[in-house]
Amino acid sequence: MGIIQRVKKPTTRKGKKVLQSKEPKPIEGPKQALFLQGRKPSERTRKLLKDIYDLKKPDAAYLSRKNDFVPFEDATLIEKLCYKKEAALFGVGSHSKKRPHNIVLGRTFDYGILDMIELGADNYKAMSEFHNMKVLAGIKPCLVFNGPAWDLNQDLKRLKSLFTDFFCREKVESIRLQGLEHVISFTATDDGSIYFRSYRIQLKKSGQRTPRVELEEIGPSIDFKLRRTRLGAEDLFKEACKVPRELKPITKKNISRDAFGSKLGRVHMGKQEIQKLQTRKMKGLKKTPEEKKQMLMKRKQERKAARQAQNVSAE
Amino acid sequence: MDIVNEILEKEQKKSEKYKSITVEKHLEVELDIGTLLASDTNDLDTKLLQSNKDDYLQSLTRDNTQLLLNKIWELPTERVDEAIVVKLPEPKTVLPRAKPCPKPKPLTKWQEFAKSKGITKKKKDKLQWDEQLQKWVPLYGFKKAAAEKEKNWLIEVPQNLDPMTDMFEKKASEKSEKVAKNELQRLKNIARARKVKIPRVGLPVTSDKASATQLDTAATIAKASTASLGKFQDKLPKEKEPRGKGIHELIPGKERKRKLPIPTPAQERENNLNMLDNILNKRPKIDMDKAVAKHIHDEQVNRSEEKKNTKPAKGKRNFKAKTKGGNPTNFTAKKPKAGKGQRNPAKKAGGRKRR
Repeated sequence: MGIIQRVKKPTTRKGKKVLQSKEPKPIEGPKQALFLQGRKPSERTRKLLKDIYDLKKPDAAYLSRKNDFVPFEDATLIEKLCYKKEAALFGVGSHSKKRPHNIVLGRTFDYGILDMIELGADNYKAMSEFHNMKVLAGIKPCLVFNGPAWDLNQDLKRLKSLFTDFFCREKVESIRLQGLEHVISFTATDDGSIYFRSYRIQLKKSGQRTPRVELEEIGPSIDFKLRRTRLGAEDLFKEACKVPRELKPITKKNISRDAFGSKLGRVHMGKQEIQKLQTRKMKGLKKTPEEKKQMLMKRKQERKAARQAQNVSAE
Repeated sequence: MDIVNEILEKEQKKSEKYKSITVEKHLEVELDIGTLLASDTNDLDTKLLQSNKDDYLQSLTRDNTQLLLNKIWELPTERVDEAIVVKLPEPKTVLPRAKPCPKPKPLTKWQEFAKSKGITKKKKDKLQWDEQLQKWVPLYGFKKAAAEKEKNWLIEVPQNLDPMTDMFEKKASEKSEKVAKNELQRLKNIARARKVKIPRVGLPVTSDKASATQLDTAATIAKASTASLGKFQDKLPKEKEPRGKGIHELIPGKERKRKLPIPTPAQERENNLNMLDNILNKRPKIDMDKAVAKHIHDEQVNRSEEKKNTKPAKGKRNFKAKTKGGNPTNFTAKKPKAGKGQRNPAKKAGGRKRR
C-alpha cells in the first residue's frame, strides 16, 4: 500500500521508498545518534563527542560544522537535523565562560525533543590516550550503573534511561559469549558528579565453567557534572514508552498456572437438561399410539388455553 | 609429599592474588540481562573514591560485571557456526520509542463498502491474449501504450456523432477525466480519514452536454442554495422535483430520513398496547410553581373579599387620622417635604407653596 495519508504524492519511486521507510514501525531498529557542535566548541568537547561517536559508531553521524544555536533556548535546529538524518538521539558540544566544556545529550520522540540533559566535562581522558587494544566497533556493551543516587534523583533516573538508550544498541535475541568484551560503567555520587568509564573485559580461567572477569580501561574516561535538565512531561514519556499492539503478548483466556507450575484450564459447559436425556431405548417403555394421541391432545389444549388467556389480557 | 604441598601452596597464592568469581554485596545488584545492564544500589565508599578514584571504580565495575556475567553464563547455550551463543531473555528496562506506535491505515470508502459486502479483490493476470494482435498484451504499464497504438490505429466514428469528431482526442480526454476523478476521490478519502469537513461538490463535471436530470438537479440545488434554503424562491412553471440516487443529499437543507421498517403484527400490537398503557396510567402532573402561585392568588382574593365585607366605619378612621397628622396619606410626624423628584402633575405635592 502506498502512502495514502499524504496530500501530495511522492513524484519518484525512490522518494516514495524513503517516505515509506520513515513511517513508524512496530519494531524499531537501533536508534541513530547525531553529534553536532554548538557555538564555539572547545577542543575537549569536540574530542569527547568524537569518542562517544566512536563508541556508538555504525548508528551515528558526526557533524563537524559549528552551529550558532543554544539547545536550551531554541531546539528547532536539532529537531530539523534529527528529521533529516532520521536520528532519535543527539549530542551537542559547546563551550562558554559560564558553562565550560558543555555537553548536551538528549533524545527525541516523533521528531520533537523528549529529554535534554546538560553535562559539564570536568576531567577528560581521551580514548587515544590509553595505549592498548580497543574493542570491536558495533559490539553490544554491558552497562553498569553504580551508586544509590541513580534511583533517588529524578534527573539521574532519566539520565540513566538516556545513557541506556544511547549505548544499549539493539534488542538482541541471543549473544555470543566471546563477544561480551566491553563494559561501560556510570557511577553517580550524591554531589551530582557522574563518572563515565569504559573497560575491555578479559575472560580468565577460574577453574569452573564461569570465567573470572578482569577489566582493562580503554577510555574514554570522563568526569561529568550534572547541569541543567529539560525532561519531557510524564504523559509524553508514557506515550513514548507505549508498546505497540503487535508486540503485546496475546493472553489466552481461562488458562492459568498454579504454584507448582502445572497448567489449569477452566471449561464452560452448557446447561444440562436431564429430562431430555436419551437413555437406553426399550420396547417396554415405548408409548402406545393411544398414549401418544392423548399426549398430543393435552398439549393442544394447553396451547389453546394460553392463547385465550393472552387475548383476554390484551383486551 | 613436599612437592605436592609446594604446588598447592603456589596455587593458593596465585588464587589469592586474583579476585574470585563470587562477589559478596550488601544489597543485591539489580540485573537486566536482556539489555546487559547491572545497577548496583549499594553505597559508594567515599573515602576510596576521593583518594584512589580510578582503581576504586575499576574494582567496583569488575565486581558488578562479574555478577552480570555469572548470570549470563548460567543461561542455556547453543552452538552456532563454531561460536557459543546464549539466548537472552526479554529486556526489563522500558525505553521510549523513536516514533509513535503505528496506527492501522484508515480504509477508503470503497474498501469500507467492499468489506461490508464481503467483496474480495480478484487477482488479474498482467498479460492477456489479444485475438486481434495475436500476442500477449499487458493490462497496464510498460508496453501497454504501444500495444494500444498498434491495435487502435483507426477508430470508427459512430453514427450518432458529428462525423468531424476526433475520436483519439475524445478518448484521451475521457482518460484524463478518469484520472482526475480518481485523484479527487483519493483526496476525499484523505479528508475523510482526517475528519476534515469538505464542502459538497455538487454535480460531477462532464465533458459533454449535461443530461436533463443533471440540469434539473443543478437547478434545484441552485434554488436551495440561499440563506433561507430556498424557502422564498418562486417555483418555475412545470418544475419537477429531481429524483434519483444520491441527489437528495446534494440539496442543502434536505437530510434524507430513513423509513422505519414495517413492524410485524406482534410488534405493532405491543406498540399500541404500550401506548394505551401510557395513556391510561397517566397521572396529572403537578406544576409546583403554578400551584403555589395559584394558592397565593386565592389567598389574596379571599383576604380582599373579607376586607370588603367587614368595612370599618368611615368617619371614625378619618377622624383618627386627622387628629394625628392632618394628612391622611402621611402617617409620620416628620416635616412635610416636596415630591423628591417624583413628579406627578395630577397629584398635588405637599409642602410649602413656592412662588
